[in-house]
Amino acid sequence: MSESMPGSAPEVFAPHEAPVSPPQASEEVEFVQLLTPEGERVEHPDYSFDLDDEAIKGFYRDMTLVRRIDTEATALQRQGELGLWASLLGQEAAQVGSARSLNSKDMVFPTYREHGVAWCQGVDPLRLLGLFRGVDQGGWDPKDNNFHLYTIVIGAQTLHATGYAMGQQRDHAIGDAENGECTIAYFGDGASSQGDVNEAFIWASVFNAPVVFFCQNNQWAISEPIDRQTRIPLYQRAAGFGFPGIRVDGNDVLATYAVTQQATKRAREGSGPTLVEAYTYRMGAHTTSDDPTKYRLSEDLEHWKLKDPIQRVRAYLTRSAGVDQDFFGEVDAEADKIAAELRAGCLSLPNPELTDFFQHVYVEETPQLAEQREQFAAYAASFEGEG
Amino acid sequence: MTKITLGKGINAGLRAAMEADPKVVVMGEDIGKLGGVFRVTEGLQKDFGEDRVIDTPLAESGIIGTAVGLALRGYRPVCEIQFDGFVFPAYDQIISQVAKMHYRSMGRIKMPVVIRIPYGGGIGAVEHHSESPETLFAHVPGLKVVSCGDPVDAYWMIQQAIASDDPVIFFEPKRRYHEKAELDESVPPALPLHQAKVVRSGTDATLFCYGPMVKTCVQAAEAAAEDGRQLEVVDLRTISPLDLATIFASVRKTRRAVVVHEAPYTLGPGSEIAARVTEECFYHLEAPVLRVTGYDTPYPPSRMEEEYLPDLDRVLDGVDRVMEY
Ligand SMILES: Cc1ncc(C[n+]2csc(CCOP(=O)(O)OP(=O)(O)O)c2C)c(N)n1
Ligand SMILES: [Mg+2]
Repeated sequence: MSESMPGSAPEVFAPHEAPVSPPQASEEVEFVQLLTPEGERVEHPDYSFDLDDEAIKGFYRDMTLVRRIDTEATALQRQGELGLWASLLGQEAAQVGSARSLNSKDMVFPTYREHGVAWCQGVDPLRLLGLFRGVDQGGWDPKDNNFHLYTIVIGAQTLHATGYAMGQQRDHAIGDAENGECTIAYFGDGASSQGDVNEAFIWASVFNAPVVFFCQNNQWAISEPIDRQTRIPLYQRAAGFGFPGIRVDGNDVLATYAVTQQATKRAREGSGPTLVEAYTYRMGAHTTSDDPTKYRLSEDLEHWKLKDPIQRVRAYLTRSAGVDQDFFGEVDAEADKIAAELRAGCLSLPNPELTDFFQHVYVEETPQLAEQREQFAAYAASFEGEG
Repeated sequence: MTKITLGKGINAGLRAAMEADPKVVVMGEDIGKLGGVFRVTEGLQKDFGEDRVIDTPLAESGIIGTAVGLALRGYRPVCEIQFDGFVFPAYDQIISQVAKMHYRSMGRIKMPVVIRIPYGGGIGAVEHHSESPETLFAHVPGLKVVSCGDPVDAYWMIQQAIASDDPVIFFEPKRRYHEKAELDESVPPALPLHQAKVVRSGTDATLFCYGPMVKTCVQAAEAAAEDGRQLEVVDLRTISPLDLATIFASVRKTRRAVVVHEAPYTLGPGSEIAARVTEECFYHLEAPVLRVTGYDTPYPPSRMEEEYLPDLDRVLDGVDRVMEY
């Protein structure tokens, strides 16, 4: 095109003026925080935590139980009972805080790491193990707890969440902050590079869909650090798509709750999407198959240990809320009980039959597949009694 | 002579190609410091630098789309897709761009892009990590599709794929990454890229296979030999184009054929082989060409994969069935 464009001259950006900032050291990170790593409550001009200490005790319990479930699952993997486990260690506050801000009609679209969100939605932890044990590919009915199946293909669920939210909108289920519905999509920092995620942002924006994009920036996508995905803080991307973005201390359950609550409220009211970036850290390996010593320093881990999401709540409850040791002991005992049940349940999960899985390929099984299933069954039966 | 694994064979082949041609660049997720989730690119970034061994942002469409641009600029990109099930975000770039560029440009543009995909099951993985999507590429004009079945082929075939001016989808049998063999780098490769290999000679029936099923079929042939049956095993190596000359020669000799692959039955590579053999070797055949394959279901949860995957027993059952005619 040699002709100049009609109308006013376009704005010109020189590449060197692009607002590129180097990746920030975590000390300098700006985010919404309402509880410091030392367990001190602090004020924020735009966000406040308005629940009582009982609620904070509830968060403490959720986070402790979820961590225990996660540790037990890792142990089960080590002992060969699971093929794989993706640990949420370090991300308990991001998950519990956000999930506890949801109403019963809100819908959740998780990745493969949202065990804490699953817990808050009431999904039996045993159901989470099926995928990792290799007996199913998601053993729960999403409708039971408004918790969709885990999605392993990175980012795909953000579009599903957006479409679901468009359905809520078309059903006139929004417009009222109290009784309205919204959808929340969980995804990681790595996922933010996927086309699907960027398309989800566009859809949500132009249709003003009642969806919250909840990004757990745990600083890593397997071995790739966050600066391989972005040169600006992730939450700032939202502005370019036309909706608000906010960064929260993802290890602060009070702040995560408060920030997500505002975002969900906005969505339920009909004011559209929000991107929440929960700034946190993946304390464990990517999965049990991964060896993080290949690509990251243990100093980082030490640094983040001081920001532990559970310890700070415990410090607050002990020092400022006068909660006595009995409470913590009770939670620990409950955690042990749940872990023991989880272990027993895992060991007694029935081994599936391949014939059952033929039956779920289609709603209406095709004659060809039925024939294949019968041939397979006959072939498998020919070995019976051979020991 | 050095003893290498199949994974190390690809690693050494990549290294040799990078040493030979500064335009060879390797790109993918976690391939730098980590050396890839299977360690196939281990050490390459350290030795060739971050400009040539590129940890990409997490987006497969981006990996292949930018590889197209690099190829337009004279580079020879070797892209790693982390697992079979994650190639699909890149499918549009592969099918509509990579495969058609040479055709659309009337031959003026070449696409010397290699797309490495660890594929197949048998490793007890979760969903999307065990698939065999080779047909979805072999069906597309403009793409060449190969799979290595042993460490020595791994070493040479990756170099031949990189040297190819046509785009090559390079399927790596992930459950065979640790298989070992002796490699003598000074002996040139026995075969060109698109030629099949008779790995075991026999007279009673032919097993056609590739990738992870080569080992299975060799074992089946060994077991059959104990029962007095001499099976020929042909490692196809190239799925598109098929080496029909080798396939037909074997069938004319043994008069019976079983095709074995992990990919589903319907419209898998076995369908094409059965059709071509029927067309060209009809009067030599004593039995219809049979297929022993994965079933026409999504890859099942791993506790059932042993039943899903063709194994020694299922291959021998297929042989029994062709022998019965
Ligand atoms: C489309 C796709 N490509 C690659 C993978 C392999 N993979 C699994 S998890 C992962 C990293 C994801 O990082 P992030 O989004 O930050 O989530 P996190 O694992 O840190 O929670 C990759 C590359 C995948 N699951 N899906
Ligand atoms: Mg991450």
